[in-house]
Amino acid sequence: MSEFTLSELAIVACAEVWRDDGEVLATGIGTIPRIAAGLARLSHNPALLMTDGEAYLIEEPLPLGPREGKTPFSGWMPYSRVFDVVWSGRRHALVTPTQVDRFGQGNISCIGDFNKPKVQMLGMRGFPGNSVSHANSMFIPGHNPRVFVAGEVDVVCSAGYNPARWPNGKVPASLDIRRIVTDLCVMDFGGPERSIRVVSLHPGVTLDEVRAATGFELAVSESLSETPSPTEEQLAIIRRLDPHNLRAAAIKNNPPGIRAR
Amino acid sequence: MTRQLDKRTSLAEVVGQLKSGMTIGIGGWGPRRKPMALVRAILRSDLTDLTIVGYGGPEMGMLCAAGKVKKLVYGFVSMDFIPLEPFFRRARERGEVNVSELDEGLLNLGLRAAGMRVPFLPTRVGLGTDLLTHNPELRLVRSPYADEETLLAMPAIPLDVALLHVDYADRLGNTQIHGPDPFFDEQMARAAERTFVTAEYVVDSLTDACGDSAKRNYFERSLVSGVVYAPGGAHPTSCAPQYGWDAAHLKDYVAAAGEDDGWQRYATQYLGRDEADYLQRIGGVGHVTQLPLPVL
Repeated sequence: MSEFTLSELAIVACAEVWRDDGEVLATGIGTIPRIAAGLARLSHNPALLMTDGEAYLIEEPLPLGPREGKTPFSGWMPYSRVFDVVWSGRRHALVTPTQVDRFGQGNISCIGDFNKPKVQMLGMRGFPGNSVSHANSMFIPGHNPRVFVAGEVDVVCSAGYNPARWPNGKVPASLDIRRIVTDLCVMDFGGPERSIRVVSLHPGVTLDEVRAATGFELAVSESLSETPSPTEEQLAIIRRLDPHNLRAAAIKNNPPGIRAR
Repeated sequence: MTRQLDKRTSLAEVVGQLKSGMTIGIGGWGPRRKPMALVRAILRSDLTDLTIVGYGGPEMGMLCAAGKVKKLVYGFVSMDFIPLEPFFRRARERGEVNVSELDEGLLNLGLRAAGMRVPFLPTRVGLGTDLLTHNPELRLVRSPYADEETLLAMPAIPLDVALLHVDYADRLGNTQIHGPDPFFDEQMARAAERTFVTAEYVVDSLTDACGDSAKRNYFERSLVSGVVYAPGGAHPTSCAPQYGWDAAHLKDYVAAAGEDDGWQRYATQYLGRDEADYLQRIGGVGHVTQLPLPVL
């Protein structure tokens, strides 16, 4: 078997989030999520809807970076229609919040006091609407306690499983945060009271390392496993989708997929 | 003899109709199809205390830096390939500007409510988040039907004026947007008391010039109060398919935010006394129209 990088392992783990979704709009924001959506479309979920990242639907995932030739479009998806899809629930987005807490609440607005932030970032963007409307997963390239914070995130942009935040103290049954893929592990919300649970560790990573890099307590799956390595077929698709190897810059220092213990 | 409708006007005349304290919606999205020629005319004016509503790009940072803004209403402020807008960021981190930070879709609903002349539209967007904490004027409503669901009542966002940039316009106020995404310009126009449009091309009649592209007309001319010929008027943002954003210029703008008196430096170097002067300073309309479209 050929060698692979941690980015490639993460892409394969991210692609899994769309496996059982059927015909939904797959949105991956950022290098690894975007390659992952393309990989999902070209391997286990050929029904996925995808866009060119601007305003059109496409049937062949676009390679990242400079490319030759014109993309054939199969439909139109301007932002106003994206909102229609969001609100209909037929979408699954994979995004990278700056902070995540134990409830799965995410922040991309600002760090510090909202009225005079230490660091202003993008603003809430579509996070509030996405989180209450359709399935969402997260990719976190640097698993550490500054991302996975103790307490709550500084600004709750995407809603999570925190009853205190909801009208009448009840988290709606429709809230659907699926999975968190990081540079250390894969997690879901299958712990007690929908808390975050480790389901697989990347090769060479220990549970203690994951716990030390997380600002809150983690549940652990009874069937805790090792995150699957990419197959040759998957690696070939990844190379095709990312011919300029932008994935090499997606995780700090581009570590190998199997880290030395 | 019947007097023919002619909405052609100038940047100066449009800005002359604006007043300090107004709520102004600005079309486009991030670094795309922003009515920058009008924004520059505002930057050169004495206007102040403005409430600026939009899918924010460099116009929001510039207006903040020039001290024109009382309040920003946005879902994001970003230049895409440069994710963080530097002067917006500075204004926020210094606590210099009031904001209503919303979800992008919620902004759409607020504009729609204004256009439909209803006080609010119900939605789940915002529930469970700090959007409610930081917009304390927002209220919840309970569905009057059997589901009794609790929803957010997104209030209408009426605009005094909407400022938009399009590819084509005619003297009657017909417009066409040829780019891949019309964004929410239509909702801005519907939410506004008056809408002023700048265009890459202004023709006598769009019926004659491009009659086969009438589907690129996204809002009716009765919403348009004035039309201004402003080639390159979206620079340094993009106006696909005419031209891409000016990455080098925007990088210099970002660099300015890191300098002492950086806004003053930027304004002195580029803004000029009018739009013609600006265009000359950045290399002419020819420089703008050769800017390549970005690969996304």
